[in-house]
Amino acid sequence: MICLTEEQKMIQEMVRRLAKEKVAPRAAEIDEKDEFPWDIARIFGENGLLNLVLPEEYGGVNANATTLCMVIEEISKVSPACAIMVFTTQSLINVLRRGGTEEQKKRFYPRFSSADKLCAFVLTEPNAGSDAASIQTKAVLDGDSYVFNGTKTFITTGEVSDFYLIFVRTGPGERAKGISAFIVEKGTPGFSFGKKEKKMGLRGSPTAELIFENARVPKENLVGKAGEGWKVLTNYGNLMRIWGAASLSLGIAEGALEYALGYARERVQFGKPIASFQAIQFMFADMAMLTESAKSLIYRTSAMIDRGEPFSTVEPMVSMAKCFTTDAAMKVTTDAVQILGGYGYTKDYPVERMMRDAKGVQIFDGTNQIQRVIISRALLGKL
Amino acid sequence: MIQLTEEQRMIHATVRKIAVEKIAPRAASIDESDEFPMDYVDVFKENRLFKMVLPEEYGGIDADTTTLCLIVEELARAYASAPQMLITTGAVLQMLLKAATEAQKEKFFKRLEKGTQACSFALTEPGHGSDAGSLQTKAVLDGDHYMINGAKAFITTGEIAELHLIFVRTGGEKAKGISVMMVDKDTPGFRVGKKEKKMGFNGTGTVELIFDDVRVPRDNLIGEVNKGWSLLTGVANMMRVWGAGCTALGNAEGALEYVIEYSKQRVQFGKPIASFQAIQFMLADMAMEIEAAKSLIYRTAYLMDTNGASFDEIESLVCMCKCYAADVGMKATTDAVQIMGGYGYTQDFPVERRMRDAKSVQIYDGSNQIQRVVIARNMIGRL
Repeated sequence: MICLTEEQKMIQEMVRRLAKEKVAPRAAEIDEKDEFPWDIARIFGENGLLNLVLPEEYGGVNANATTLCMVIEEISKVSPACAIMVFTTQSLINVLRRGGTEEQKKRFYPRFSSADKLCAFVLTEPNAGSDAASIQTKAVLDGDSYVFNGTKTFITTGEVSDFYLIFVRTGPGERAKGISAFIVEKGTPGFSFGKKEKKMGLRGSPTAELIFENARVPKENLVGKAGEGWKVLTNYGNLMRIWGAASLSLGIAEGALEYALGYARERVQFGKPIASFQAIQFMFADMAMLTESAKSLIYRTSAMIDRGEPFSTVEPMVSMAKCFTTDAAMKVTTDAVQILGGYGYTKDYPVERMMRDAKGVQIFDGTNQIQRVIISRALLGKL
Repeated sequence: MIQLTEEQRMIHATVRKIAVEKIAPRAASIDESDEFPMDYVDVFKENRLFKMVLPEEYGGIDADTTTLCLIVEELARAYASAPQMLITTGAVLQMLLKAATEAQKEKFFKRLEKGTQACSFALTEPGHGSDAGSLQTKAVLDGDHYMINGAKAFITTGEIAELHLIFVRTGGEKAKGISVMMVDKDTPGFRVGKKEKKMGFNGTGTVELIFDDVRVPRDNLIGEVNKGWSLLTGVANMMRVWGAGCTALGNAEGALEYVIEYSKQRVQFGKPIASFQAIQFMLADMAMEIEAAKSLIYRTAYLMDTNGASFDEIESLVCMCKCYAADVGMKATTDAVQIMGGYGYTQDFPVERRMRDAKSVQIYDGSNQIQRVVIARNMIGRL
């Protein structure tokens, strides 16, 4: 079921090599300093990873869900913080590709062709997290532009990004009915950045506050129709979790499992490698079993998306993949720290970072509790 | 949701019809009486399901692994005990296809034209369960016959099988001295011993087989003498994906479907209990784990059907399928009883039976602990 095309296999090889040679040696330092890795962004750009979703004539590879899953998984094995910039950037391009007008594509695609542009997906506000439909940032039409006012928080790849896909309240109508989506460029007057979050993990992936004070956005930058932003969010945004959070945490789990396995084969206690004890072996068997189940669920779901199966079928599958994989990664990384014992708890070894990173993914991109809401709604229908 | 061929779809639809019309309505009474369901035997014979693994020239349907998974899953969704006679028979016939001579195939396939058409796969002994390599039932060459003495225990379908495929000791110690032989139920000295009274999995004819100076023709030896262990690990272990794995999967799906409907009907505190988040999240977790198990199973089946991975990779995946699906089945059925409360605990509703049946899958066809041993061994390699 993970049947990759020749092209996908080539991309996988390339990403695996980049991850090993360029990203892995920087991972600990990126975490330690919590600075955005511009060097890695440049390397990703040069190798086409920042515009995978673009059509070929603009320098992309027209990537489908399976390709994106595989790319994010490979990078996340060594550094999920670095994989995130690919994720958020492809998210915006993907929404543009699926929901944008021809005019918008013609206007924005060439801007991405230089392969050095980063993008962010902007939804959350201080008081609107899981309850995203209650967002309050306002955009009011005034002549040829919309005037933005309000604050967005926890914006991944914020501040470093060039383009932002922003969900705001335009009305008419309450809650989900009055929301619209816009593409906003960095440098727009009245659009600035507030505090940068200090996080437990996923460090080096900046999480910023965005502040809008009478920021004017051209009305041509509206994606979809006014008041239909919720549709853009659910129809396109929700499905991206498969190659976003789900694949990110699959990579984390695989990275932790591989590291702990190597360690357990070398580490001697009671005169034998600890991998020879059944207590450790069974932890590994369970870690591998969860990881492979998650992988199977992700790639079965991405294949369904790529085959064009109906939204109502794939939406709950994506939520299951996100929730299941992030929970699996949390367990696998926690057990990896356990297997390494005191060493695992120190920053001399990567597994404590992986465990901190895993926690982040249970929360972002729709908490696991919101995923369960989506899953149970699909199971139960209208009550 | 798995991509199936036209033929697989047709077989799936036929089996679903059988499951709904013939299997499900009888489940409670078979569980109650623990009598072997001869009506199921008739239905399976009519539909060539005993011979499902055989090529069409032998009257089979030439089922690949994915097809076998579909059949077992669908039957187990109606009643977990139902496919067991097909699993043991399929396992024996697959072994014959792989290892028997043309003359042996002719002989045994022809023998199955009369009677129940069922076979048993007899490995376990009273003193040798997980440690199968130390089995003690002896076969001694005496002219052109083998003389067999000993006893086999916990043999599924043993009660009604026409042919028994048995693992016996013909040579030295442990795994090196084991051979495979076919024994006809009508052979003098052979008899069916006590039938186990079990917690669940009733109607599967789980019995002791007793060999008291049983003389079988030398020609009933399958494969080479003393090479039985490699047939067990190389051929038989792979069947766990469509055997135990799909039994657990189907049983869990049946429980989830039942409890979804129940929770929409059952009113407490003035609302259907399905409207409470506590119940919704239990259902979401059940569905998520079931879909993860299903994804793992069908990915593994696909890899087997397409030779898409090495023997070790497939062996590990098969063990993961068996272990994971069985654990998920236990958890999902336990939660199904919980959601239904006192009613769920009574025999007026099917979920308590499904919970009892689920327990057995964690134990049979290689306990989940043995699966973890194999998974860990393949991961860790030689130390």
